[in-house]
Amino acid sequence: MSATALVEPGRGRGLLDVLDRRFLLRLLVKKELRVRYRGSALGMLWSYVKPATQFLAFYLALGVFLELNRGTEDYAVYLFSGIVVINYFGEGFGNATRSVVGNAPLVKKVYLPRELFPAASVWVSAVHLLPQVLVLLVGAVGFGWRPDLGAVVAAVLAFVMVTLLALGLGMLAGAVNVLFRDAENLVDLVIMLATWVSPVLYTWDRVAAVLPGWVFTLYQLNPLTVAVELSHRAFWWPATSREAALPPHLLWTGLLGLGVSVLVVLVGQLVFRRLEGRFAQEL
Amino acid sequence: MVTAVEVQGVTKDFRLSHERSLKERVVATVRGRRTTEEFRALDDVDLTVASGESVALLGFNGSGKSTLLKVVSGVMRPDRGRVRVRGRVAGLIEVGAGFHPDLTGRENVFMNGAILGMDERQVTQRFDDIVAFSEIERFIDTEVKHYSSGMFLRLAFAVAVHSDPDVFLIDEILAVGDEPFQRKCLDRVRALSGEGRTLVVVSHDLDMVAGLCTRGVLLERGRLVADGPSHEVVRRMREG
Repeated sequence: MSATALVEPGRGRGLLDVLDRRFLLRLLVKKELRVRYRGSALGMLWSYVKPATQFLAFYLALGVFLELNRGTEDYAVYLFSGIVVINYFGEGFGNATRSVVGNAPLVKKVYLPRELFPAASVWVSAVHLLPQVLVLLVGAVGFGWRPDLGAVVAAVLAFVMVTLLALGLGMLAGAVNVLFRDAENLVDLVIMLATWVSPVLYTWDRVAAVLPGWVFTLYQLNPLTVAVELSHRAFWWPATSREAALPPHLLWTGLLGLGVSVLVVLVGQLVFRRLEGRFAQEL
Repeated sequence: MVTAVEVQGVTKDFRLSHERSLKERVVATVRGRRTTEEFRALDDVDLTVASGESVALLGFNGSGKSTLLKVVSGVMRPDRGRVRVRGRVAGLIEVGAGFHPDLTGRENVFMNGAILGMDERQVTQRFDDIVAFSEIERFIDTEVKHYSSGMFLRLAFAVAVHSDPDVFLIDEILAVGDEPFQRKCLDRVRALSGEGRTLVVVSHDLDMVAGLCTRGVLLERGRLVADGPSHEVVRRMREG
């Protein structure tokens, strides 16, 4: 045993340590899901029932009754492909923000790479994303969706982008939340706004028509906005007559958005490590 | 002699803040009241533990024993000074910290094993030993919330002693369960010590720790005031 060197305890390699503790990460995710669906007869089935009902309601209320189908082809698919992205982001970011405080007994008593908690939260929300995407796919196919390479690339890019964004922001807010519980309220506010600052209910060209060019560029720098547009490209556009104009340079804005998300993860990790030393005594 | 734990000039302060909200802070400032209070839990502590040594941390309530264990385990970081450890450290600092009431005993064994640093293969391999040690085979697939506190602690302790660390930090846990189980735990800890593992133990049961550990370290208000054979340090502590 003496082959190992003397090391300072409690100073890990951050997110890299999470990769080494995949077994624990998996168990944390499993626990989270078990606890969430305890005592429920339908269990995970609920995560199919909810989005399916939501989709039907959109189709009838907004598409047919409100006749939004006239302005935007297959409006229900359009709306839902954006909402899926926002739901994934909102659940991951929100739960990651509460994850460190929520695991206070563990944080206070055992040393673990604490990044495990936000990482597990984002993973859980990815598990919940899957049924929503399946419902979306079934709906899209119903409207004539056929996959192409662009759709696959766009979907993967959007998923990676939102995952990183939720993780990065979640680590940042999760760490701050230990010191100031205001963070979780602020985050709820941000999540509520997320639906409106991205083209989920409206289309991107309305924004481009109103905003000056440079402000629209800023608008497009939001990874969440780009992810919503990519999701439209992946699930909505191939289901339509493909006449609608897509946002300009979508692939490049996508890669730029990915870059922004990576940056957010780095900043989140930095802040998390800076504050981590105070977690055990502040909780 | 190989060093297992090295504590150099470690100081740890706690800032107890009374007011957190903006309103409370403004009111406190206006009235000229201090919003925080400093409390020194550890004051320039030096301690070197050799590999295979068994050390009892002694002292009255609030002397800094538990804080020292937390600093060594990495849960807390010292404000000044440096702590270094060799090998894997497992703390029995309040056993069962990672237990979840809604999971079964079996699931909690895996969860807790993973928390204490075991991988999947290790937990699977030792699972039967862990359950046998805890003596709660019949209830292993029952949710932990239905356990009595004794059963709960038995299982938690069983996982911890099978986690195979190089340095074992134990905080006041040998008081778990009934007497036969306590004896069994103590035997197990002795066996671990006999295998050459390093032990750092905190307990208020002075005779028990004096028998378990060869070396005693006495803390008083965060300062290390005595270091020697455990029986002598215990005697000194009793004499005041």
